[in-house]
Amino acid sequence: MNRVGLIKHSMASTETLSKMETAPVAAAKTLPVIRVEASTGWLRLDLAAVWAHRELLYFLIWREIKVRYKQTALGAIWALLQPLMTMLVFTLFFGRLAKVPSDGIPYPIFAFSGLVPWTFFANAVTLSSNCLVNSANLITKVYFPRLTIPTAAVLSGLVDFAIAFAFLLLMMMAYKIRLTEQIVFIPFFVLLAIITALGVGLWLSAINVKYRDVRHTVPFLTQFWMFATPIVYPSSMLHEQWQRTIYGLNPMVGVIEGFRWSLLGSATKPGIMLAISTASALALLVSGAYYFRRMERTFADLV
Amino acid sequence: MSEIAITVENLGKKYRIRHQAGRGQTNLREALSQGVSRLLEMKRPSSDEVEEFWALRNVSFETRRGDVLGIIGRNGAGKSTFLKLLSRITEPSTGSIEFSGRIASLLEVGTGFHPELSGRENIFLNGAILGMHRTEIRRKFDDIVNFAGVEQFLDTPVKHYSSGMYMRLAFAVAAHLDTDILLVDEVLAVGDADFQKKCIGKMHEVAQEHGRTVIFVSHNMPAVKSLCNRTLHLERGSVVAYGSTEEVLSSYLAKGSSNSGKWICEDPRPVQPGIQLLSVEMEDSEGASGMTYFSSRDLIVTTTFRLSATIPSLCVGFDIVTADGATAFRCYQTDQPENVWLRQKVGINRWTCTIPAGLLNGGTYYVSPRIALHNVKGLVMLDAVIQFEVMLSHGVSPFWNRERPGCVAPIMPWSAQEV
Repeated sequence: MNRVGLIKHSMASTETLSKMETAPVAAAKTLPVIRVEASTGWLRLDLAAVWAHRELLYFLIWREIKVRYKQTALGAIWALLQPLMTMLVFTLFFGRLAKVPSDGIPYPIFAFSGLVPWTFFANAVTLSSNCLVNSANLITKVYFPRLTIPTAAVLSGLVDFAIAFAFLLLMMMAYKIRLTEQIVFIPFFVLLAIITALGVGLWLSAINVKYRDVRHTVPFLTQFWMFATPIVYPSSMLHEQWQRTIYGLNPMVGVIEGFRWSLLGSATKPGIMLAISTASALALLVSGAYYFRRMERTFADLV
Repeated sequence: MSEIAITVENLGKKYRIRHQAGRGQTNLREALSQGVSRLLEMKRPSSDEVEEFWALRNVSFETRRGDVLGIIGRNGAGKSTFLKLLSRITEPSTGSIEFSGRIASLLEVGTGFHPELSGRENIFLNGAILGMHRTEIRRKFDDIVNFAGVEQFLDTPVKHYSSGMYMRLAFAVAAHLDTDILLVDEVLAVGDADFQKKCIGKMHEVAQEHGRTVIFVSHNMPAVKSLCNRTLHLERGSVVAYGSTEEVLSSYLAKGSSNSGKWICEDPRPVQPGIQLLSVEMEDSEGASGMTYFSSRDLIVTTTFRLSATIPSLCVGFDIVTADGATAFRCYQTDQPENVWLRQKVGINRWTCTIPAGLLNGGTYYVSPRIALHNVKGLVMLDAVIQFEVMLSHGVSPFWNRERPGCVAPIMPWSAQEV
């Protein structure tokens, strides 16, 4: 506790310092002691540390958004063009030519209402799977909870999502589709999409640090996954209950179906399938987070 | 009793080096096939594929609050590894570090700076990455901007900044962080003299006025000497000496330097493919070599190196370093006019440089060889490989009969002008 004495001591031994300062500013006396040592096995998630760094999370998201459309001529219009163009192609080929059913909803609306959450998901997965490698200069220089990096990558897509969603509402007005009170459930389905994207993102980003094969796999993965999700076709094409139950294991099924249900009032009511989707999304997130934490200690050495 | 700020106990960090050259990243297919073959053959991967390398081993020491600790050592001594462990970027393999409070590292300033963002935006972003709260950054914003001296360019993307401005801004953010322990790695290598002074002042302030601990890793001996009260000398991952800066510095410079006037490189690896430093030798104009030289004779420094191809940007030279670690001067062969540059040969080159008689003052000096690619990077930055003493003997005047300050003692021509 002899703080002043210590200062005197160290000043005396530093020859370049001549003037005596007053007692140091009252730094917290009892700072928690941090112990750095080798860890083994599975780590706890330490979400408190992530919470303590929430401002960093906010800044990382903000940077991602701010930089995304810098030096582009079209700017944020890109957020719209991507799902819009896909919708046009789908409408032409699946809607017009292949005559895929769409639960009685005009096919463009049907496709777009699936593509808006899907685009968010696919972009989030792509971004987050590369995010650790892209942040190598941060990871090797500064300590902070690494979980913030993929989280920021996923959440930064919400702005694009909001733009596309607003456009979807405009399209619905053009097609004279009434909103129902079910729309209050939209946030839940957005949250489910975030959980799913983050779960997948955590897994892929952690694997990508060691195995760069991931970056080549992601484009296929998202493409296959899209066709395993009712984007271009309605899930009502599956009739048997057991089929739908298995189908629900794909968490994006719950997201898309729920999205259409709360927005368009489509026939498929969220039931057992949604419950399964939610459970599998949560399982993805929790397992992803633990795996990420386990791999985290090697990131700085491998990235 | 004094307050211990950092306790390091038996710290070690092991890296695995794979011997297959050019295989930086692991391939999923390899991992899978290895895993399968391991399952099938029930055997562990043979140990000769992977070499273990201890970047740090059995390091133990303590620092007190308010210490400015210098960490010195040659390249590869484990200095940066230690900072990485302390700042929790990577985990130790053995042992532990205990400290309390917030650590900020300037391992490489400007971490997280985004070139497309403006100076103002980067201050907030960088501050957040270093662990500052928004209110804290806002409170210190003006100080940071003043310190960096970039007021007019606050809203310009930093990609348009000069490297000096970029550096200053980056350092300013980090320097204003309220930390209990500040880690600084070689920042002083960049920036002009004025800014360096500012940085040193800031580090003093952090350590002395606020009673915080500063850890400073550097090759710059004068900076270590003027900043640090304690110094840790690492070599090949282990502690060689720890104590007061003066003691450690003098033993550091003396240690590992040859005092026979001849130094032969022990490490046969090329510093870069095709370039290999072999030896540095010193003798006087009469051909005598050893520990002591008379200042009235020319000193001849011979650098021997091997090239497997000629390199247009190659600079070969050395520093003459004084006993307290300051550089007396640096010279390169390429300092001469271009038309007299020495011709590089494929194979062994022996280049000599003559330090004229009557230049150096009496005292102890070191030769530190330097080989660099011009404007690209330094390849050889070895410190103090040869130690030698100069006996002042060129002063012919009866009035010059005692020691003088300074590291050079040339006799200058004088003349009177008609008034």
